[in-house]
Amino acid sequence: MGDTQENIPQSGEVIAAKAVWQVINEKFGDAVSELDENPFMPFFEVLKREQWRDIALFMRDNPKLRFTYMACLSGVDYPEERKLGIVCNLESLGELGHRIAVKVKCDREGGIIPSVAKVWKTADWHEREAYDMYGMEFSGHPDLRRILCPEDWEGYPLRKDYQVQETYHGIKVPE
Amino acid sequence: MGLLDAKISKHNVLVTSVDNVMNWARLSSLWPMGFGLACCAIEMMATNASNYDLERFGIFPRASPRQSDLMIVAGTVTMKMAERVIRLYEQMPEPRYVLSMGSCSNCGGPYWKHGYHVLKGVDRIIPVDVYVPGCPPRPESLIGGLMKVQELIRMEQIGISRAEALKKLEEKSIDPGQLIQAARKGAIAS
Ligand code: SF4
Repeated sequence: MGDTQENIPQSGEVIAAKAVWQVINEKFGDAVSELDENPFMPFFEVLKREQWRDIALFMRDNPKLRFTYMACLSGVDYPEERKLGIVCNLESLGELGHRIAVKVKCDREGGIIPSVAKVWKTADWHEREAYDMYGMEFSGHPDLRRILCPEDWEGYPLRKDYQVQETYHGIKVPE
Repeated sequence: MGLLDAKISKHNVLVTSVDNVMNWARLSSLWPMGFGLACCAIEMMATNASNYDLERFGIFPRASPRQSDLMIVAGTVTMKMAERVIRLYEQMPEPRYVLSMGSCSNCGGPYWKHGYHVLKGVDRIIPVDVYVPGCPPRPESLIGGLMKVQELIRMEQIGISRAEALKKLEEKSIDPGQLIQAARKGAIAS
């Protein structure tokens, strides 16, 4: 009690994530950033986003990593950096038990991120949702359509600067 | 004034108007369309189930708009759903009634300001006869709303429009507070 964060001994989870990151870093070098060793959800960023699918496959199939399960994939808007991104929560479910998060960023206008729908099936609909809400494209996605909004909806509702359209098929939208 | 309130005498003859008989028949078997849109639908289902038992009023849900007299818009109408609601409404045979249940359907409810995807009131797309406030309204409120629809049907006559019937209903409206007070006093006295 009373300890500052630095004095808390690192949890097993962070130590496991560090080991995971080392394996990935050995293989992909500066395509990945340093590990952020926060105690809640350690994460690293993919700096060379064209390598994201290879990294994902490696993380799924390497016997030391075995990330068999994608728990979530969320979109994020970073207006100050003029970027969009995704955050993937991965877990080695029922095998090695470790967890880690991976971030991938792309340009705000016309940004493209490689799709990992073929690596984890979960990513299929999650990527469609991120596309629906933020508007980044996922190259190689089998069926990249809007998933929640109507297909002819204008704009991407979860962007920070989103302005709702006035009418939809002749029906007034705002209050 | 229900038709059966007038006791049928031993000669089995009853004199009434055609309007009365028709209205009585229609209001005693209101068939709503069985569909719900969000959390309010749960409360509507509870009203249909055994505790509140809507069937005692002759109300039970139908699976097709073509067999329904009443549309209970129970819940959040999204922009995507709005066009379907219009289509379902158009598929219902006339005379048809619309009951808007809950804040969402009345005016957008909690999505009034920031819900880009929610229609701010179903009366923007179809005419609504009765609004039931609440988030969600309790089954008692829904039953109250349904009884308002029945009252509206009672006001109808051959040759008058829905708007006129609604106006008649408004003029004849009684304050339920007084009735409740009277009933309470009666209960204490007895
Ligand atoms: S009014 Fe409230 S309970 Fe009803 S659908 Fe809207 S949010 Fe749900």
